Amino acid sequence: MQQLSLLLASLPDGILLGFVYGVAAMGLTLIWGVMNVINLSHGPIIALGMFGTFFLFIRLGINPYLALIPIAIFGLLLGIVIYFAAVHRVINAPHLSSLLATFSVSMIIIGLGTAALTTSPYNVDFNMGSFRLGSTTILGTRLIAAVIAILIAGGLYIFLYRTRPGKYIRAVANNRDAAELMGIPSTRILALSFGLGTMLAAVSGAMIATFFPFNILSGGSYELKSFVIGVLGGLGNPIGALAAGLILGVLEGIIPAFMESSWVPVIEFGLFVIILLFRPQGLFGSKR
Amino acid sequence: MRNWRNHSGLILPILTVAGLVLWPVITNNLSNREIVFTILKAIALASSLNILLGYTGYVSFGHIVFYGFGGYVGLYVVNDQGWSIWLGVLTGGIAAGAFAFLLGKAILRLRGAFFALATIGVNEAMEAFINNFDLFGGSIGITLNFSVYKTYGGAAQALNLTFYIMAALTFAAVLISYIVRTSKFGLGLRAIREDEDAAEIMGVIAPDAKNWAYVLSAIIPGMVGVLFFFKNGNVEPHVAFPLHSSIELLVMVMLGGQGTVFGPILGAIAYQGMRGYLLTSSFFKDIQLSVSGVLLLIIVLFIPEGAVGFLRRRFPPLRRILI
Repeated sequence: MQQLSLLLASLPDGILLGFVYGVAAMGLTLIWGVMNVINLSHGPIIALGMFGTFFLFIRLGINPYLALIPIAIFGLLLGIVIYFAAVHRVINAPHLSSLLATFSVSMIIIGLGTAALTTSPYNVDFNMGSFRLGSTTILGTRLIAAVIAILIAGGLYIFLYRTRPGKYIRAVANNRDAAELMGIPSTRILALSFGLGTMLAAVSGAMIATFFPFNILSGGSYELKSFVIGVLGGLGNPIGALAAGLILGVLEGIIPAFMESSWVPVIEFGLFVIILLFRPQGLFGSKR
Repeated sequence: MRNWRNHSGLILPILTVAGLVLWPVITNNLSNREIVFTILKAIALASSLNILLGYTGYVSFGHIVFYGFGGYVGLYVVNDQGWSIWLGVLTGGIAAGAFAFLLGKAILRLRGAFFALATIGVNEAMEAFINNFDLFGGSIGITLNFSVYKTYGGAAQALNLTFYIMAALTFAAVLISYIVRTSKFGLGLRAIREDEDAAEIMGVIAPDAKNWAYVLSAIIPGMVGVLFFFKNGNVEPHVAFPLHSSIELLVMVMLGGQGTVFGPILGAIAYQGMRGYLLTSSFFKDIQLSVSGVLLLIIVLFIPEGAVGFLRRRFPPLRRILI
């Protein structure tokens, strides 16, 4: 009975967090789907998003949800810059090259970030109140963030399936050579996709900053979560990522009710390896 | 070894490692010994990783898991079971090799980026598991009972001994790397790197070859782990499985030239030297990581074959001695 009440208390929190994890993973999986590149600078960009909220809200007093817009634009531009500086030359090279190129970007961001911001924790003291739902308390910040996450996922879906640039992105993801023959400017589309991926990372970081304290290294653990979620949902499937984010959130909500919370990463990463082995196309993907 | 002229590729690696080992012995300087210990450790780990990464073409992002796992097992038998350091190092190597064998059976079926992701997952899962594993001290880790050093004539003597074992392990790693590079087995591995399906058609039994390459590349890191934790006197989960060290090893192999015997050695020396310089210089101290990042990016974008690969391409006569 005690476990049940604990479960009821932690589950809604986990679900709401799961949506935000899902947004971060959508960014990772979008880049993978379009250009087969695993973006190892994902974590530091999430951390930059966190600091975006910090500076815009604490220093300039802009509402954190309004601040998402400039952070998103910044994330998009940063992604395009990273694409042309680091990724474009190695996009057809073996995987090791693109992995190391994006990792070197991550080293550059973390190095500069550590020098400028140190590694001591920052905190965005922002409260949207809370309300009780049965025996559990739901924090306003998490509820709003989850709603925004759903809106972002919906927006991405409409963008990819209803607009011309979105269709271009899907065409390039499907077959780059054929897309080019049809007159699609593939380099620009690749840069745009990379920018969208980093934009989603920065936005998710900005929302996470309203929940937890953070520093420049905090992005790393969300990057690893994004890998797990991306693989669960099927790499290259942004909508699957949102659903898988929810699964991860539920797991994080359920597991502490039954065992010590330090077992959570064991189960997460164990599941990750098992999914990679037996369903590399993800839980929702069809057999290729 | 009947004909020495056929083994001219071994001269440079052996001389380099021997020079490194002799440097602190001749100068009789303890801080030099520590520097060389770090470099030797990097050479041993990078050369081992190269068997999988350079020869076989499988990118392992979590190779440090063998170092951590072997080190944990070895330190456990030395500290809690009272075994000698020799047996401990051996046990660590065997444990890492056995783990790699079982793990390889499962994850070597994956190719390309999926394999790289799986190795990250394995490393993180292992760290999280050890964090909860009470036999190995959970999140506190294992602290070596100080009296263990007495068997070897006190802490100073024990540290001296670890240096020589480290030197021996480095020689072993370089020799294994060379033997694999020049053997028929290594030729099969390189065929897998170029095109796995074609290699299988040509008669390379790819699953077995990959698995043994994985085991070979795991044994030395497991032994080095035992030695390093023994020298430090303790081990904790987050010290044993640092993901960034895995990536530093990749950088060393890339820097020197993947798929060559001398490349990882050169890369390890260059990377450790550069890191030491950046960390101590007043100007670069704070942005040390960024400078390394820029250098890595330049190498990846413009000289992906690494220093040794570049020299081999530009100066064909060097191919006799640089392999």
